Amino acid sequence: MHPLLKLVIQRLALGFLLLLVVSAVIFLGVEALPGDTAQAILGQSATPQALANLREQMGLNDPPLTRYFDWLGGVMTGDLGKSLTNGADIAQAIGQRLGNTLFLAACAAVISVPLALILGLIAARYAGKWPDKVISAITLTTISLPEFVAAYFVIYLLTQVIPLFQPVAMVFPGMSFGAKLHAVALPVIVLVMVVLAHMMRMTRAAILNVMQSAYIETAELKGVRPMQIIWRHAFPNAIAPIVSVVVLNLAYLVVGVVVVEVVFGYNALGQFLVDHVTKRDLPVVQAVGLVFAGVYIMLNILADVIAIFANPRLRHPK
Amino acid sequence: MAEPLLDVRNLKIGATVYPPGEPPEDITIVHGVSFTLEKGKVLGLIGESGAGKSTIGLSSMAFGRGGVRITGGEVFVNGRDILKLDHGGLRKLRGDEVTYVAQSAAASFNPAKTLMEQVIETCLLHGLCDRAEAEKRAVTFFRKLGLPNPETFGNRYPHQVSGGQLQRAMTAMALCPKPDLVVFDEPTTALDVTTQIDVLAAIKEAIRDTGVAALYITHDLAVVAQVADHIMVLRHGKKVEYGTTKQIIEDPHEDYTKALVSVRSIEHEEKRPTPAPVLKIENVTARYRGTNFDVLKNISVDLHPGQTLAVVGESGSGKSTLARVITGLLPPSAGRITFAGRELSREQTARKRDDLRELQMIYQMADVAMNPRHTVGTIIGRPLEFYFGLKGDAKKKRIQELLDEIEMGKGFIDRYPAELSGGQKQRVCIARALAAKPKMIICDEVTSALDPLVADGILKLLLNLQKIEHVAYLFITHDLATVKAIADSIAVMYRGQVVRYGSKSDVLAPPFDDYTDLLLSSVPEMRLGWLEEVIAHRKMESAGN
Repeated sequence: MHPLLKLVIQRLALGFLLLLVVSAVIFLGVEALPGDTAQAILGQSATPQALANLREQMGLNDPPLTRYFDWLGGVMTGDLGKSLTNGADIAQAIGQRLGNTLFLAACAAVISVPLALILGLIAARYAGKWPDKVISAITLTTISLPEFVAAYFVIYLLTQVIPLFQPVAMVFPGMSFGAKLHAVALPVIVLVMVVLAHMMRMTRAAILNVMQSAYIETAELKGVRPMQIIWRHAFPNAIAPIVSVVVLNLAYLVVGVVVVEVVFGYNALGQFLVDHVTKRDLPVVQAVGLVFAGVYIMLNILADVIAIFANPRLRHPK
Repeated sequence: MAEPLLDVRNLKIGATVYPPGEPPEDITIVHGVSFTLEKGKVLGLIGESGAGKSTIGLSSMAFGRGGVRITGGEVFVNGRDILKLDHGGLRKLRGDEVTYVAQSAAASFNPAKTLMEQVIETCLLHGLCDRAEAEKRAVTFFRKLGLPNPETFGNRYPHQVSGGQLQRAMTAMALCPKPDLVVFDEPTTALDVTTQIDVLAAIKEAIRDTGVAALYITHDLAVVAQVADHIMVLRHGKKVEYGTTKQIIEDPHEDYTKALVSVRSIEHEEKRPTPAPVLKIENVTARYRGTNFDVLKNISVDLHPGQTLAVVGESGSGKSTLARVITGLLPPSAGRITFAGRELSREQTARKRDDLRELQMIYQMADVAMNPRHTVGTIIGRPLEFYFGLKGDAKKKRIQELLDEIEMGKGFIDRYPAELSGGQKQRVCIARALAAKPKMIICDEVTSALDPLVADGILKLLLNLQKIEHVAYLFITHDLATVKAIADSIAVMYRGQVVRYGSKSDVLAPPFDDYTDLLLSSVPEMRLGWLEEVIAHRKMESAGN
């Protein structure tokens, strides 16, 4: 077997193991919360008999280990259980909102990742000169603004001053792709502002680090243009650190954007999670937690695999 | 007379240095050097580090490394002053007319690209020829330079080929755009003697066949004597002497040149073995974890008190691994090591403090062997505290004694490593080893990174200290001249085995086995025509190829 394939399989297996550990941690965390689910459903005025019946019915009297494996078995087969508050199928409820989350994250990523890389390359090319300083100043400003401030600023600017968009980003099934894009434009702009600086600065730093290498001097002495030196010689050797930061930001776009969702009234997973935390709907919280952990782990495995493929020593062993 | 290819007039080069704790300072590196080079000729630039030879070489491409900048003078290439060129003009000059071969080809190739991509890059980017033509040229040069499988060699990545091959590939890269001038900056310094000779011969042939002119920069006069038509001797950024190679080698005028020609003035009387060796290695075999290959096979050697055992061989022969086994960093899989009459445990962690104290090491890279944030006093004082519990005035007094022993004086006690020269750093490392009052010191290529004259000083110091302290040295080196200067006995290693072992006079006396013969004959000699002679008489190839 090619050693590279082996490495990739190893990473995947490790990721799966990690997901199992995370599922146990999530279960334990929810388990450790004070109070119990039956009480939460029936409220303070419930009779002891009704509580006991409900506990029996929900399997709450089983030992935790049994309940964990019941839950895990369900997850493996795509059954995330029923919501406590409305009895809806959790998998279905999550599925639709996950789609919205991924759509928003993807739109923001498609713009922010290439933009961050290009700005990072330009900043590295003109390190210490004015283009570098301008790029740094702008991205630092946008990252320093709290998300909701940036959001209200963008809303004011693009709905009041220049009325291009709706302040509310409502999407629903059956909308055309173009209409969806128009709807999410404002939250996407805000998210791009938030994640741009981190990726841009890492690109710049990684490139500048590689620029110290002897082979960069060689390229300079071969009469290669500065931008080509960065693109052909520095960038391929800076991929691994850049990818790891890009991936962290992508993960953030999926799991960390609840504030932006709330501001724009965008119906996605973050808001869904927060709603159900306040309602103590624990099966939903567990399920969403697991989905978020899965996204995180998967994206980081992806970063690992890209870093492995970017390393010529691993790609072409002796 | 035709117009010279390269005409350097009154070149002045400066730099800004940032000494620790002091304000930045402008210094002059090159003080008004002038020379010319005709088409197809080779000029050797020679001198110690800091002489400005690389800086002068790079100035022919109008390039200053780091904070270095050309502050005065003129550099004409093909009749035009390249110091007045704009960025575009400079890019055309670099690559089209003048190309560069660096000392460390391993660091100078981009690890993420194939060799072919890099060799033909200039041709393609500068529009000199199309890809097919460029690749054809590259393969021709690969073949000319004696690279294995020239047709497919370019498909490999830098980490997939050996150091000697990379150095040839870099030469091919420099020749591919058919330049008028190639700057060779110490192209063989980092190689083993046995590999150096092949690369040197390949470079010489390539220069002759293509008719390209070259600046050949090195600190090794014997090497440059083999390839250059003229030699310029530099010191402290000034021209010391300029002449034909024959004149410089056979009839040097200046005292400094004479010193370079006759370096290695050490006389060392060989000592007889004693009945009780301080270190006895018996049938030691070792391999690295996770491999199924013995890097050391059945090694047996003795080191006698107050004497020097030189371990010689090319890189990969197992010299440094032997040091790792003796220090316990790599536990041997078989064999015994007896030190000062007691058997050493195989693992370093299981050894007694006295075993650690009495067996010290000095490394090749003195600057990375010291904590840059510690002063010389702290560095030397550390073993005094650790092994002898010395404190305060007693410690300070001992540090000063040690500084005196390494001929550096107490003024250095508060200096940082960055403020010392290469030779001084190595002296501090010697003092640190001596501070533990060892019975034996392992010296791993301790002079390899130093200029010949500085290395000479270190060797003299080591011999002197041996007389006073009666310490034994296990001296690992690939440099046979060093061995001749200091050894009492010699072990020649080849592919993990000791192929020849005995007293210095026995090992260096014929009849030789093939490998020792190759090793001895590969040491550059300071006379014209030596390279051709030795290539014609070789019996075997070096393992490094």
